[in-house]
Amino acid sequence: MNDNTTPYITLRNVNFSYELEEGVKLSALKNINLDIYKGEFVAVLGHNGSGKSTLAKLLNMILTPDSGTIIVDGKDITSKDMTEDDVFDVRRHVGMVFQNPDNQLVATIVEEDIAFGCENLGIPPKEIRQRVDDALKTVGMTEFARHEPHQLSGGQKQRIAIAGIIAMLPDTIIFDESTAMLDPAGRDEVMKTISSLNRDRGITVLHITHNMSEAIEADRVIVINDGEVYMDGTPAEVFSQVEKLKSVGLDVPQVTELIWRLKKLGCPVSADALSPEAAAEALLPLLKV
Amino acid sequence: MLKEITLGQFFPGSSPLHKTDPRAKIILTLIYIVGIFTAKNVFAFLFVILFTLFLVAISKIPLKIILKGMKPIIYVIAFTAVINIFWTKGETPLFEFGIIRVYPEGLKFAGLMIIRIIALLAGTGVVLTYTTSPIALTDGLERLLAPLKKLKMPVHEFSMMMTIALRFIPTLIEETDKIMSAQKARGADFSQGSLINRAKALIPVMIPLFVSAFRRADDLAVAMECRCYRGDIGRTRMTELHMKPLDWLMVLVFMIFIAGIILLNIFAPGFSI
Repeated sequence: MNDNTTPYITLRNVNFSYELEEGVKLSALKNINLDIYKGEFVAVLGHNGSGKSTLAKLLNMILTPDSGTIIVDGKDITSKDMTEDDVFDVRRHVGMVFQNPDNQLVATIVEEDIAFGCENLGIPPKEIRQRVDDALKTVGMTEFARHEPHQLSGGQKQRIAIAGIIAMLPDTIIFDESTAMLDPAGRDEVMKTISSLNRDRGITVLHITHNMSEAIEADRVIVINDGEVYMDGTPAEVFSQVEKLKSVGLDVPQVTELIWRLKKLGCPVSADALSPEAAAEALLPLLKV
Repeated sequence: MLKEITLGQFFPGSSPLHKTDPRAKIILTLIYIVGIFTAKNVFAFLFVILFTLFLVAISKIPLKIILKGMKPIIYVIAFTAVINIFWTKGETPLFEFGIIRVYPEGLKFAGLMIIRIIALLAGTGVVLTYTTSPIALTDGLERLLAPLKKLKMPVHEFSMMMTIALRFIPTLIEETDKIMSAQKARGADFSQGSLINRAKALIPVMIPLFVSAFRRADDLAVAMECRCYRGDIGRTRMTELHMKPLDWLMVLVFMIFIAGIILLNIFAPGFSI
């Protein structure tokens, strides 16, 4: 869905390191160059400690890079003359949803929590009400508006966290392993919400995940390994390089693995299937023989 | 096992007192307290009692709940009553027993004290604590104290802290439960042994709980920053509080209450106590 030719987010030669103690630095990102276009659904894969969460935190100025340039929506967010207002403007445009749903809800009532971001932006009360109702509808939680967060399931809480970001009307939402702590049902709910945001609202999505089957749903997969961009392409392109992924200890989706193994055994399988349906289609002719 | 803990004494409902603006209720509670302590004669006292019963009735809070809420205070009431009985000096003692002399004034003071304390607890309970959710209370307080922001008082910060504390109490209770189960599975015993041993057994629960609370605080701080939080600067609120006709009616009712007490104090001086 790269309908724009100018990238929405650009990273050029970005380096970042954490200072462990005086003088001891741990390099987290090395010379990153990336272009992300408006409306893209990008999955970011990588190990724990590969630097993928660090990458996310650079994009909304929770962290600032040691060197390099980051441009968001035509604005250089690494420039020295960024004022506090500019920082908050970037954060309004690039929302972020985290891993633990419990640790990102602020208020004791669902709708009050969704309103929190808008309240911080100083939006007039009537418009906040409108936005909160819209956001609740978008994530399908309207009937829970007056509930307390601790009465909700993990998936529901995560949808509330998403609604809180949507209400700020961002162009891009970064999901930092937002499905990692959820059960399969909750994961499903959240993934549906994420893809509908991308499809129906044209929101650019950066989905950081460990889960390969979630990465398949993206338009583009970026693999980060050891602080560097290791692979970048469509899910089909990335997951067809099974050996390259395995060499850095990453898995491929189960069906891709199955077909890859069959191929290795000399089976004449044609496609690099990503979904179970596609795999079934590819395997069916073989079974009929 | 920790699930039954309820926050404060809030008793959800839809009575007029539940619906009254929290700011108004905080002020009305103060007026009510002043009223109780200005009552000076029998009629004024009867009026206080009647008014308190009226508040209890319109709050629709079951009497049982209110009485239950007073249980912990019974000893305090009894203790102050006893002190009042024995230590108040009057003209002629009612009876003497060794060095103990009981005067009729003492009995009277003790009686009035008991009525005042009970009325105070019941009245402030039904106006404020039973009918106002903790979050509405915090919100009302923040808005009432808003003028103090001009004096650089951290009113907003305080209310934010309260809100977050209220938000995380159930989360931390749940977590305590989990940690206790985990420690039990490792052989910890929380229900036997001397008090000191039981307190010691809680250390392996408290430490992980604190560590996790700090981690949560860190996560929450980042999440709040991502949602453009920067304190009170340029912040608006979704729900605005406006005084509704019901709120003004409540104010009127309390005005009548305080006026009634003053009038009874003035016009029935013969019965003063």
